[in-house]
This record gives sequence, structure tokens and C-alpha cells, in this order.
Amino acid sequence: MAQKIATREAYGNALAEFGSDSRIVVLDADLSKSTKTDTFKKKYPERFFNMGIAEGNMMATAAGISTCGKIVFASTFAIFASERGCEQIRNSICYPALNVKIGASHAGITVGEDGASHQCIEDIAIMRALPNMTVICPADAVETRHAVKAAIEHDGPVYIRLGRMAVPVLYDESSFRFELGKGIEVAEGTDVTIIATGMMVHIAMEAAEMLRQEGISARVIDIHTIKPIDRDLIIKAARETGAIVTAEEHTVMGGLGSAVAEVLVQNYPVPLKMVGVEDKFGKSGKPDRLMEMYGLTAGNIVGKVKDVIRMKK
Amino acid sequence: MALYSLKDLQRKAAIIRKHIIDEVYSAASGHPGGSLSCADILTVLYFTEMKIDPQNPHWEDRDRFVLSKGHCAPALYAALAERGFFPVEDLVKFRSHDSYLEGHPSMKSVPGVDMSTGSLGQGISAAVGMAMAGKLDRKDYRVYAVLGDGELQEGQVWEACMAAAHYKLDNLAAFLDHNGLQIDGNITDVMSPEPVTEKFKAFGWNVINIDGNDISQIMDALREAKEVKGKPTMIVADTTKGKGVSFMENQAGWHGSAPNKEQRDQAIAELDAYIAELEVE
Repeated sequence: MAQKIATREAYGNALAEFGSDSRIVVLDADLSKSTKTDTFKKKYPERFFNMGIAEGNMMATAAGISTCGKIVFASTFAIFASERGCEQIRNSICYPALNVKIGASHAGITVGEDGASHQCIEDIAIMRALPNMTVICPADAVETRHAVKAAIEHDGPVYIRLGRMAVPVLYDESSFRFELGKGIEVAEGTDVTIIATGMMVHIAMEAAEMLRQEGISARVIDIHTIKPIDRDLIIKAARETGAIVTAEEHTVMGGLGSAVAEVLVQNYPVPLKMVGVEDKFGKSGKPDRLMEMYGLTAGNIVGKVKDVIRMKK
Repeated sequence: MALYSLKDLQRKAAIIRKHIIDEVYSAASGHPGGSLSCADILTVLYFTEMKIDPQNPHWEDRDRFVLSKGHCAPALYAALAERGFFPVEDLVKFRSHDSYLEGHPSMKSVPGVDMSTGSLGQGISAAVGMAMAGKLDRKDYRVYAVLGDGELQEGQVWEACMAAAHYKLDNLAAFLDHNGLQIDGNITDVMSPEPVTEKFKAFGWNVINIDGNDISQIMDALREAKEVKGKPTMIVADTTKGKGVSFMENQAGWHGSAPNKEQRDQAIAELDAYIAELEVE
């Protein structure tokens, strides 16, 4: 069994690791122990600012700090970052293309027991609609570390979507290569491609293994950068495998599935099915139980794969 | 930079008011009322107070200014153009598709604009951020902002005020352009933010009350603000909306509408007469 680490944990560690760059300033809205920005705070207390439970102000304050040559990471739960602070992100951060990175933890239904009010399943859709915004949803701890590094190196707004729950470490740090906007083919395959993001990548890999045992060769692609999306890799997969299933811990409206559909429909239409939350709110429960209830499972991916293969001409 | 006499500054404020009228008239849209009410404040900031360099708008040690009531861009653009950040002739292209002078301040397109604003309540937060960065870097630049009184209805203003006091931002001085009117009428009828002085005090700010259309009082307040340590200063500036143009004064209707040719000519004539009077005195 692979080691399990939550991406929020890796985020806090990465901030502390790369925090030696004195341009980095970290803000939080009273959730530093949960978003793990307290890992940075312990190491660089003078560059950490708690902005209290006031996310809108935090986002516009981050914008102001960034105009003074700083790289500002503003963190809170995804629901409060992308929706309470949404218009501040749009007008004060994205419109002037400022160097603010939003570390949004506790995304998706795997928040678990806190329930629907805290389970953000719309943030990818909202954030990718904003001009100038880059949207990253890392799959594991290694990818998160590299995502933070890439965000620091990228001049402009970045939204990094992070999870609460510990997830398997998929990548080997020594050989891992990360490039913003470039997906990663994590499994080869010829009959179908499963395109996943975030914690659904490891579930997609499980699904691919189940399919292999049934004689179906499934390619798996990790799309860590949802915007700008890797058009070339998606078109290549459509051309070579002829059918696609997307998987995300997010509503099927406007997220990864929609982003992939936009590429396919305009370039190389092939059958497509989406695995994600079906236009409804989450609820309280154990994360694993919720994943089953909402169809975020390898079994559901396998079923959709069989559907799209049947739809192939 | 040349030293300006009181009369010079009064003349400059009147010239800025003339630009405001022509910007809004040329665009056939925009916000003259609130632009006119804060013209004296912007004149003092840009011509005597702020450490800025029009040749180097991104100079890192400059003082910063955020127009939190971003709809009063005509006043800010006029001050910036008069101060030499861009040609005065460009002002009449305000709000035009082929101009860089966006309807609300845009830091990416307009030289000298330190923060993009327009959505009320956000600019003051950005100013707080700039002041925090100044403290962090141990720089001695100061940060200035102008808020509208209707803007105080945005909850974010109070979040920002809380943060400014919490982080003891004595390098931040904001003006409240207290003209008493907003689009739908009197601020006290629409949704009263009063009593504003007591509220800012309760939020931990040093508060100075002045006549915000009196240049000497504006200068004195800024001097006093610099002496206050450990807390930000709010200068509650009682102003007249539409100040300087008789038929626009104290009329909420001029919040966001443009004058026609005849009204424009009358406004310019009144401001020219005022400037002529200054010469005679």
C-alpha cells in the first residue's frame, strides 16, 4: 500500500520549503491549522498574517500586498476562497493579473463529516471562468509540491485546489517532472482514455487496472492543470483511443469534464462520459462512504468506460 | 517639484474639475458628482503630499494611492494627467473603446494607477495590503485611499478597517469623501452608515474631521495623520457632491449622469469664472 498524505499537508510543507524566498507572504483566514499554512508560519512568522474570518478582505489585501513585489499565498477552505472571495478574486486579483496564489484546501466531498456547507464542488468551474487565472488540482503530495513551486515561478494568479483527506502518493519525487499546462500520461492504453484530476487520478488508475483484467486497455491521464488545459494531449488521446471518460471530485457542470468536452467538441469529437458529482450538494458522512454514494468510484468509471466503448463508431 | 501656494492648489483643483466635466461630457457617461466632491483631496495628495515620480510610476519607494470609490476615476485621471503621468489631451478619450482610460481605474492600462478598483469595498483592502507590505519591508512610503460614504455600506470596508487597526498601520491614511449622497438618494435614507466618526474610532482608527473641500484643512489633516503612531488615520472629509458646479451641487441625480453640451458649457464657464476670481484676489 502506497504511503498516504493529504495534498493540504504537502502544500504547507512546500510553503515552508520554498519560503526561504523572502518575496513569499502567506495569509490565512483563521484556518491555518487546517490549511496547513501554520507549517510556514512556524518557520517564517514575520511573513505570515492571519486575516481573521474575512475572506473577501483577505483576497483584496493579498492583491494589495502583491503590488509591492510580493508573491502572496492566500489560504482558506475552497468554499470560502472561491465563493465567498469570488468577486474579490475576479476584480482585485484576476483583472489586474496580480501575483496572488490561492491555496484552497478542503475541496470536494471528501471534506466528509462537515457536510454540504463545507464541501466545495463548484470551484473549478468558477475559477476557470476567470480570465488570467491558472487552475491547478494536484493528484498527490509530490505533484502538490511541484504545483506550489510552479505557482511561485508563474507570474500571475493561480488557484491551487487541495484536499483534506490523505491520498496515496503516486509519483516518485526523484523522477517527477511538472510543467504547468501539461498533463501526465500515468498509464498507457489504446481502447479508451480516462482523464482525471486531483484525488480521482488514483481512482482512475484503479479503474484502469480493473479494466485491464477484463481485456480493456485504458490510458490514464492526470490533468493537474485544468486551465490552461493540455489541448494537445487530450486531442492525441481522442485520436489514438477514440473514447474518453473524465473523473473529478467536483460537479460535472463546468469542471474538468466540461473543459475536456470543450476541447473535444471543437477539435476531435469522440464519445465522452463524465464521472463527477451530479448537480447536487454533498452531505455529511465518512469520505469513503460519500465517494460511493456520489459515484466517485473505480466501479463507476469502469461502467462509463464500457458505455463510451459501445458508443465508438 | 515646485512648491504650490494655496491659490495654486485651488486653481489646480478647479482645472481638475474642468477636466472631470469634459471627461464625462466626452464619454457621455461617468460619475461627475463624486468626482467633483473629492477633487480637492486628490489635488492635495498629488500636488503636495505624495512622494511620486511621473517618469517612474512603478518606483518601489513611492507613496501609494487607492481610489476605493473607483467610479470617481475622472478625478483621479485628471489629477494624474495634470501631474504628468500621461497627456492631458488623452482625458477626452475617457471610456472610449480605443483609449486606455477605462471607465474605472485600471492599474494595467493607466500610468500612475496603483490599484484597479471599481467594485466598492475592495480598494481599501488593497490599501491595507500595501501598508502591510510597507511595514514588512520597513519602507517609509505611505499609503493613501479615498472611500465613498455610500461605500461604507459594503461590509468589506469594516473587515479592512479591522485589519488596518489590528496590524497598527500608521502608514495608512484614508479619506472618507462624506458628501452624504449615493445613487438612490441620501445615504441616511438608503442605508445609514452613520455615525461614521464613532464607528471608525470604535474600529481603532485615529479620526480627523475636516471640511473636505478646504485645501488648507486637507493639508493640516495629512500633517497630523503622519504624527499618529500605532494606528491608521481616517480623515472624515465633509464634502459637497458636485462641488464647484452650481447645478450639480448636492444633487444625487448627478452621481452617474453626463452633462449635455449646454450644461457642460455652463459648468466650464462657472469654473473659469472661479479661476479668474482667484487671479484677481
